[in-house]
Amino acid sequence: MTNVLGFPILTYMVFVPIIGAFIVMLFFPREKTAAIKNFTLLVSLITLALSLWLLPAFDANNVRMQFVEQYTWIPSIGVTYFMGLDGISILLIVLTTLLTSISILCSYKAIEEREKEYYISLLILETGMLGVFVSLDLFLFYIFWEVMLVPMYFLIGIWGGPRKLYAAIKFFLYTLVGSVLLLLGFLALYFLNANPAYGSGELTFNLLELYKMAPRLPADYQLWVFLALFVGFAIKVPMFPFHTWLPDAHVEAPTAGSVILAGVLLKMGTYGFVRFNLPLVPQASETMIPFMALLAIIGIIYGALVAMAQKDVKKLVAYSSVSHLGFVMLGIFALNSQGLVGALLQNLNHGLSTGALFLIVGIIYERRHTRMIADYGGLSKVVPIFTVIFAITMFSSIGLPGLNGFIGEFLILVGAFQVSKVYAAFAVAGIVLGAAYMLWLFQRMMFGNLDKPENRNLTDLNVREIVYMMPIIFLMFWIGIYPKPFINLMEPSVKNLVKQMELAKAGKAIDGKAFARPVVPKSPPGSAREIVSKSFRSAPEK
Amino acid sequence: METIPLPAVQLGPILPEIIMTALVCLVILVDLFLSPSRKGFVGFLTLVGLVVTGIFLARMVGQDTRAFGGMYRVDDFSTFFKFIFLGVTFLTVLISFRYLKIEEINLGEYYSLLLFSTIGMMIMASGNDLLTIYIGLELLSIPVYILVGFLKRDLASQEGGIKYFLLGIFSSAIVLYGIALIYGYTGTIYLDGIREALGKTSSSSPLLTLSIILLTAGFAFKVALVPFHMWAPDAYQGAPTTITAFMSVGTKAAAFAALVRVFMVGLGRSQDEWTILLWLLAVVTMTWGNMGALVQSNLKRLLAYSSIAHAGYILIGLVVATRTGIASIMLYMAAYLFTNLGAFALIVLLCRPNMRGDNLEDFRGFARGHPWPALALVIFFLSLTGIPPTGGFVGKFYLFAAAIDAGFVWLAIIGVLNSAISLYYYFRVVMLMYMEEPTSRIQTSNSFSLTVGIAVMVIGVLFIGLYPHPFFSAAQTSVAGLLKGLPAVALAH
Repeated sequence: MTNVLGFPILTYMVFVPIIGAFIVMLFFPREKTAAIKNFTLLVSLITLALSLWLLPAFDANNVRMQFVEQYTWIPSIGVTYFMGLDGISILLIVLTTLLTSISILCSYKAIEEREKEYYISLLILETGMLGVFVSLDLFLFYIFWEVMLVPMYFLIGIWGGPRKLYAAIKFFLYTLVGSVLLLLGFLALYFLNANPAYGSGELTFNLLELYKMAPRLPADYQLWVFLALFVGFAIKVPMFPFHTWLPDAHVEAPTAGSVILAGVLLKMGTYGFVRFNLPLVPQASETMIPFMALLAIIGIIYGALVAMAQKDVKKLVAYSSVSHLGFVMLGIFALNSQGLVGALLQNLNHGLSTGALFLIVGIIYERRHTRMIADYGGLSKVVPIFTVIFAITMFSSIGLPGLNGFIGEFLILVGAFQVSKVYAAFAVAGIVLGAAYMLWLFQRMMFGNLDKPENRNLTDLNVREIVYMMPIIFLMFWIGIYPKPFINLMEPSVKNLVKQMELAKAGKAIDGKAFARPVVPKSPPGSAREIVSKSFRSAPEK
Repeated sequence: METIPLPAVQLGPILPEIIMTALVCLVILVDLFLSPSRKGFVGFLTLVGLVVTGIFLARMVGQDTRAFGGMYRVDDFSTFFKFIFLGVTFLTVLISFRYLKIEEINLGEYYSLLLFSTIGMMIMASGNDLLTIYIGLELLSIPVYILVGFLKRDLASQEGGIKYFLLGIFSSAIVLYGIALIYGYTGTIYLDGIREALGKTSSSSPLLTLSIILLTAGFAFKVALVPFHMWAPDAYQGAPTTITAFMSVGTKAAAFAALVRVFMVGLGRSQDEWTILLWLLAVVTMTWGNMGALVQSNLKRLLAYSSIAHAGYILIGLVVATRTGIASIMLYMAAYLFTNLGAFALIVLLCRPNMRGDNLEDFRGFARGHPWPALALVIFFLSLTGIPPTGGFVGKFYLFAAAIDAGFVWLAIIGVLNSAISLYYYFRVVMLMYMEEPTSRIQTSNSFSLTVGIAVMVIGVLFIGLYPHPFFSAAQTSVAGLLKGLPAVALAH
């Protein structure tokens, strides 16, 4: 199976980091920290290069999956090793590789103990994240989805702040509960598809095959599957009221952990909704619009209000994530192409701007070892470069025209407006609140009197810090001023998704009750129960 | 004068068992002539004997023979389980060498008892009538009673041994009573005959229900299902760690092999009678086991409760009672073999002459000085929790898939939530190992064989996790063989 590049680039991209991790594990003595850092950076840069290589080769107007790789893996249950990407995932992949490289670079000074384990964890994490975005087989997806939790747990738990143990296990438990329910949802889809009444009768975890079931799946089953997937993804996003793990994890995680959490991990939740919920159970997705929009709006407003009340910068940024992700969810459940494109773009924007905010918090924390807003003030007089970068990032996060945040929020509002003016109105209120807490934060930290003596001798950004902030700043301007290339990458795939959903809904016209599970003949006394016994029979070998 | 027809004696089908018995005799004999310093040789002899048995066992794959007038059945189902038993014993011996020296356990008896117990397991898996199964059960249990109390100077070991012994013989008696009632009801103890007899009477009777309850209760003691689990924490904690490892996997596998055969073949037609019973047992067992494990401070005790919870998960396969369900049990056992023995092997690694190494506190900061063993333990815990890419995940995946497939959605939901909860107590240990500072330098009692054993188990866990296909296919074939040719069975496809 070849693609335009002539080699399985996705496999290479996904597994280069973990192979790098094994090399570090086996061949690098733990005292050689400089070598470990540089080698890890090199591995992440190779991965970044591979992901950038995808961009020119990617045909945006082709709505099919590209760079597809598919091999038999567990034939008895129809699991394949199936990878591919489309306009929905490609930018998330580049975001992942970019942020991982930046995270490695920003940890050079911040992490001073057990470096070896630290960089190994980061690399394994990268493999997990990339795998999630390229897997097109539910089983494969789930493996990456869960594998990723383990290194993140260690990142928070070993290199985190004072309450790291609590935060780490809370993060792990919350997401695991969501994940296992997600797995049940996947299994339900799998068996529904194996039932000829709804699906192809085939046993397969192939996502694209399962999509075909959407028009025939009765509404009540759709709803159950939707709910199972919803719990899994909503915890990850996190949507209100499943967000409580996020502030803890963010505050306690080391800077790189926070950047990756905000930048990539949360995107897996929103990506999951777009990739799984919408096309697999379109009818239920539509039914659930009011519910989802309500939760999204509560998240937007609540996140912003709580952020305003924070004394700790990192916690403030964490709650701002809840608010911003509410926007993304609102855009997704507008279920039209503007809303979806806006949501996907805002996904990217949030990764950049919140990632940058966490980096900024990390930079200042490294120098002052405090995250309390009250400990700062008047910094603009001491650290001018820092101030400029912070200001740009803040404006990007607020959604100032000319920077990336504006485009995403605007599209989301356009999308939401078409669904309901009320949703859009609440969302606008969220934007105003967002501007309020960010501007206030900036004012308290950067302006005013330089009255704390400790702040007088702060050093400005060094070259390394400027180097890793630059690509983010550059992208913020690029997306803000000329977003067309980014939108062009996503739009055909999104339009196709919307069209497929419309078709599926049009083709539904099935009353769920009339089409309930086929009645199983009462088994004669003594028989072993075999209901959908077609399941698990051997699939034909290739 | 009438002659009593004697069934033709075929020794072929029980060749592995014969080899094992010969091995036991050899072990006892060789042990007599070895000076105390060279007793390690007995262990090597046992390993070699197990490999030889395994080779002969491998030649039986694909057979379906009934021997001794139908009392004994050698089919792929039993062969699959016998491989698991041999694996358990092999790995147990592998992790025992250094441990036995530290605990000053007399070698010859230890190995011969271990082997006797393994033979009991093999008989249990192959037993095709209730009495053969009962004899296998006793042959399995009695050596284990002794082994649990093997640490003569250790009071906890004595207590565990006595508790296990008293409750064990009590449960054996219950099993026997259940067998007697079934015999009274159906007039036979052969599983095939019981099936036939139950097919003739469609109505259920209190007598049958009672006998099923008694049989279930008896087996539940052996696999430590709640509420018959009281002995397990004490016995697991008190027993020598290698024996805890051995019985946590071996006894459980053997009991499940027998349970499956008795319930699916013998009592298959009374499924309505036992499904709800087992459903309840499964739910209570996994929940209670997990709750109990949450508060433990001793790792062996923690693993005892976790092993109770795992018995609950495995039982899901029998509640479901489809081919997939049974095959999932077998796959789960294979994964559990590597996983659970691995976890205990790490405790063995920490055991030193003046310290058992089984308190959670003993693992504080373990990862600092010993990154590789700590990593191995993380992998075993991931597998026990059911997180990919480990065998434990695949096992649970198949079990829950089987449950959903057969419509037991709530059972699956309770199961997955339980496994999510279990993360908390497994990762409490991981947290101690990685996120706390060691109080003093941690010594380990490493040895070549232990390293090999742990490496094998890690590879096994990851292999099943990434490529379960061969194991699951083997399990599927075995189940097909087990249920083949049953009269009037509506096994579609």
